[in-house]
Amino acid sequence: MVVEASINERVHLAVEAALDRFGAHDDELIPILSHVNHEIGYLPGQALEEIAHALKKPKSKVFTVASFYGMLSTIPVGKHVIRFCESAPCHVVGGRQVIAALKQALRINPGETSADGQWTLLAVSCLGICAVGPAFIVDDDVYGNVTPDQVSAILQKYQA
Amino acid sequence: MKYFRSHILVCKDPDCVHKGAHEVMDALQRELAAEGLINEIQVLETSRIGRCWNGPEMMVYPEGVHYTNLTVDDIPFLVEEHFLKGRIAERFVETEKALVDEELGAPKSKEIRVVLRNCGKIDPENIEEYIAEDGYQALGKALTEMTPAQVIETVLASGLRGRGGAGFPAARKWSFVAARQGPDKFLICNADEGDPGAFMNRRVLESDPHAVLEGMVIAAYSAGIHQGYIYCRAEYPIAVKTLNIAIQQARALGLLGENILGSGFSFDLEVRMGAGAFVCGEETALMASIEGKRGEPRPRPPFPADSGLWGKPSNVNNVETYANVPQIILKGADWYASLGNEKSKGTKTFAIAGDVNNTGLIEVPFGISLREIIFDVCGGIKDNKQFKAIQTGGPMGGCLPASHLDLPMDYESMTAAGSMMGSGGLIVMDEDTCMVDIARFFMEFTQDESCGKCTPCRVGTRRILEILNRICEGKGRPDDLDTLDLLCREIKATSLCGLGQGAPTPVESTLKHFRAEYEAHIYQKKCPAKVCKSLISYEILPETCTGCTVCSRNCPVTAISGERRQAHLIDPEVCVRCGICMQVCNFNAIIVN
Repeated sequence: MVVEASINERVHLAVEAALDRFGAHDDELIPILSHVNHEIGYLPGQALEEIAHALKKPKSKVFTVASFYGMLSTIPVGKHVIRFCESAPCHVVGGRQVIAALKQALRINPGETSADGQWTLLAVSCLGICAVGPAFIVDDDVYGNVTPDQVSAILQKYQA
Repeated sequence: MKYFRSHILVCKDPDCVHKGAHEVMDALQRELAAEGLINEIQVLETSRIGRCWNGPEMMVYPEGVHYTNLTVDDIPFLVEEHFLKGRIAERFVETEKALVDEELGAPKSKEIRVVLRNCGKIDPENIEEYIAEDGYQALGKALTEMTPAQVIETVLASGLRGRGGAGFPAARKWSFVAARQGPDKFLICNADEGDPGAFMNRRVLESDPHAVLEGMVIAAYSAGIHQGYIYCRAEYPIAVKTLNIAIQQARALGLLGENILGSGFSFDLEVRMGAGAFVCGEETALMASIEGKRGEPRPRPPFPADSGLWGKPSNVNNVETYANVPQIILKGADWYASLGNEKSKGTKTFAIAGDVNNTGLIEVPFGISLREIIFDVCGGIKDNKQFKAIQTGGPMGGCLPASHLDLPMDYESMTAAGSMMGSGGLIVMDEDTCMVDIARFFMEFTQDESCGKCTPCRVGTRRILEILNRICEGKGRPDDLDTLDLLCREIKATSLCGLGQGAPTPVESTLKHFRAEYEAHIYQKKCPAKVCKSLISYEILPETCTGCTVCSRNCPVTAISGERRQAHLIDPEVCVRCGICMQVCNFNAIIVN
């Protein structure tokens, strides 16, 4: 019988692991937040509290950093996160059509999470792979040279 | 150490493995061994060659050929064709694009590769290959034959200017830190390459990390610094991984850490990752981020050389600046200064994106004209369309029209023309680009990335964006252009850091060179390039339409009606101008008004 750790326990373990790995120092705040964000998918209030406690800082100070950086999220995300490059080099080679296809396939706008909790669509700044634009990332997988007709095949890989 | 005449990089991403990449790689190694080639040809694992669903696939260097859809049965033929007969096995070549290496092929005419010299040719995870290409010789020379002052003198004489965009003489910054007393000084490498369209630094970090490490140690030696950081954006996970491996290997060989090469000089460094904030490419924001804070810039003075990381004297330079240093030390200042022109010495890497035939990375000496870059090195405009504009210098740079094509690419010329050199991202735009839309696009980016600390940038860029949005929606007002001019001037003059100071530049330059387009949007409510959705409409030509229904079936908002074999009709009220119908129509029956 497998007992699933509750969400609180998962968060606690992620924070402990981050503190173990980086140490409870002020200048390690961003690596710690990034680690927990990657484990849980976002930064729940509980995580911010525990980190603040460990670093002996007010929670507001931790929140001010967590809310500043684009790759950290203080709101829950879907099971899969799509980061779509909306910068100019992808835009001029057909990015507009690809984002239209993504919006159509997922029925959500950038910044939103689907009602079934499967997908979050985010428009992000240049990913630095402009030679293969239009490009987007699903979780940790990078897709380049995307055309609108490839979008549903890519998304289907994650329906399991 | 073995010298290989060819390298094969086999993709081991999950998709490729699922399709049999392990078996293909095994077959490859067996076949090469059987043909007695295993000592001449190196087979390596890699990831993310480009596409991720044509696997198993591999890249073969030095040719830069991309073979896809391979099976175990294909291998004997491929080995015979390519490695015994020296012919590209055409039938396996990735066919969907003319280019084989998406980013970096063989050097094109007029290129001189200094920073990019090893990229694609050596295994970045093997320090011995770097050493075989004269790697760490420069460090040895600097530590054993030169004093720190001599290193500074040499790099000054070479004319190396900071490659991050500002173009300040690199070694002069080092001399400032060298003059500061105290054991706590820091050397920082800015690897937060966030300019849209710029990926030169990323490639160097992934393909030749030791060039950067070696340059950093030499710079640290010249300035008496013992601790360094490479601040790398989180969007570059492969670069971070490659750097960490390189650092480990350098330490293991005594090229980093305590008492380097027995010289008595110690220097160590570590990688710090960003978390998705373009503004952290600004040096004071970068240092704040390393300290665990919000990436907000602060006024200068004090400059980092006086008070930088944790208030200590610090030197910040770009990846490319450091990557140039080993060659300058090895080949001498005169050699480097012989490249380029009077005020801009050496070479610069550029990442070309947009509507040219050869996008990707190039490295050319300063002084080459924009025309030569676009038409000679990059093969001209795609699909034989007309050149319209080139954006230089990233989101803080300007758009230059055809009348400026003969300008030399150097720091002073770009600034004088109302743009800037920037980090080296170049976006080429053809006749189908709306310059107002482009200006709006860049402003959206800077607005999004503005840290929010100072009012001119935080509020000013938002006001500009609001006006540009209205103009693109057909709601432009007669006084908008004057308001834009005023806002641009004010924001430039009063913003705290380079982001705000440069944010108006795309708007200013497009207003200067393409004012007629703005006026068409405002006064005639027309978008001459047919891009701005609110000002265009899609129409199906009844005489050309065959009624095949492909468009109506693909329309995301069901705006198209029509019976099979009857001319179809687009409802302009419902149509969202996504352009998908025009893309899927096989009969060119859809036009844009």
